[in-house]
Amino acid sequence: MLRDITLGQYYQTDSVIHRLDPRVKLVTTICYIISLFIVDNFIGYIIAGLFLALIIKLSKVPVKFMVRGMKSIVFLLIIAVGFNLFLTPGETAVAFWKLKITWEGIRLAAFMAIRLVFLIMGSSVMTLTTTPNNLTDGMESLLGPLKKLKVPVHEISMMMSIALRFIPILLEETDKIMKAQIARGADFESGNLIKKAKSLVPLLVPLFISAFRRANDLAMAMEARCYRGGEHRTKMKPLIYKKRDALAYGTVVCYLALCVVFGRILL
Amino acid sequence: MGIIETKDLVFEYIRRDEEGNVEGITRAVDGVNLNVNQGDFIAILGHNGSGKSTLAKHINAILYPTEGTVWVDGKDTSDDANLWEVRQKAGMVFQNPDNQIIGQVVEEDVGFGPENLGVPTEEIWERVKESLKAVGMYEFRKHSPNKLSGGQKQRVSIAGVIAMHPKCIVLDEPTAMLDPNGRKEVIRATRALNDVEEITVILITHYMEEIIHANKVFVMDKGKVAMEGTPKEIFSQVDKLKSLRLDVPQVTLLAHELRKSGVAIPEGILTREELVAALGLGKR
Repeated sequence: MLRDITLGQYYQTDSVIHRLDPRVKLVTTICYIISLFIVDNFIGYIIAGLFLALIIKLSKVPVKFMVRGMKSIVFLLIIAVGFNLFLTPGETAVAFWKLKITWEGIRLAAFMAIRLVFLIMGSSVMTLTTTPNNLTDGMESLLGPLKKLKVPVHEISMMMSIALRFIPILLEETDKIMKAQIARGADFESGNLIKKAKSLVPLLVPLFISAFRRANDLAMAMEARCYRGGEHRTKMKPLIYKKRDALAYGTVVCYLALCVVFGRILL
Repeated sequence: MGIIETKDLVFEYIRRDEEGNVEGITRAVDGVNLNVNQGDFIAILGHNGSGKSTLAKHINAILYPTEGTVWVDGKDTSDDANLWEVRQKAGMVFQNPDNQIIGQVVEEDVGFGPENLGVPTEEIWERVKESLKAVGMYEFRKHSPNKLSGGQKQRVSIAGVIAMHPKCIVLDEPTAMLDPNGRKEVIRATRALNDVEEITVILITHYMEEIIHANKVFVMDKGKVAMEGTPKEIFSQVDKLKSLRLDVPQVTLLAHELRKSGVAIPEGILTREELVAALGLGKR
């Protein structure tokens, strides 16, 4: 059961968006998030919405996958909308009991909701269309200039990809330890939150010990295969920009320009 | 000089208490002299704690000798300048298949070694392809290692070592965590490497069935080489093996007992076919 979990939430299919260079997707996502905060009128949000719709259409990922990601932010969304709705000063639209809703509040709340929804959908397009591996590669390459500031970029991305590789293994191990302890009478189900948390201790200790042991073995195996950090290293799958990537960058620039012109200056 | 040579190799583990004071010294390897020729299939046997894994780690320069010297292809392993060359020439496969696969896709893992060596991209792909074919895992190249069986994972690990084009490959109990089928797969792949690619193989194991194809067997006990010879020579000394707490294959044991009871058959029978022939039963 635990074996089948997919990491991140990659959706396997073949589309233009899937084939784009991960760096393009990372940059686009960042630009898109920035654009959501530049824009401050409805026309700007319509542009942002259309852009998102276009990308979702191109990515061939069913919309329900994007909506699924939304569940985790429902709570946050309600709080953000609620605060904006009730606490913005201005001309009263509706008032009841001690609360009043202002027109400015409605406007701000609507913007906030749209922003959050687009933000989550926009970034989930990226994670749905890029494998975690590709994503770490893209990050390593984009953060490359930081190497000059002595930031261990290669090491960080190596750690991320090893972590990704070991998550399913450790999950499986957790499952095993849990079953072994249940077989000996451990109880992970009943009791209040504190009791449940306490019952996890005998689970975490062996898990940590085994993780350290694995880390030790893995380090030895990596050294035995001549691993010596990022220097002198070549890539089996180097990232190379293709024509479609340039095209995508162009589109993003156009989109940003549109956002600035219509979302901020003109109106 | 052979591909691997050790001279009076000694290695001591120093045990320390919590303050870092020396509590005791364990001599894991004690005066071992090995000489392995290019293309050999060597097996090293020994029960737990006999020092066989410690010896193996010296060949890949993971451990350095306390005393004595190890040469890999004429290079002294304790010289730091030779480190990467030694590790490239003598690849190593470890016991736990899960803890030595780095990539998230089979082909990426096999490419890890060549990437570290700075091999150009196109050649990496070439090497990955040929290594995966050599161990019969080519059709799994796009799979996630997590979904493979233990034997398949070990074959991927072996491919990862071959892709570095080593002259010698050290397998440190590669089958200890596998089921019988996985064990067969791995041993078959290892033998193919030795026969076809002519890579020197050093197989460390405590399964007797796996060593019958070796050219030469070393039996280790308490850090020393206790016995040395061809599998036939080793297995004809059933009583000595037993005193070293090692099991012999069932067929050999049966032949030994039969011989003791007066049946006229030669010593050192290794396979069922040999026993059948020796007893004259195959002719019917």
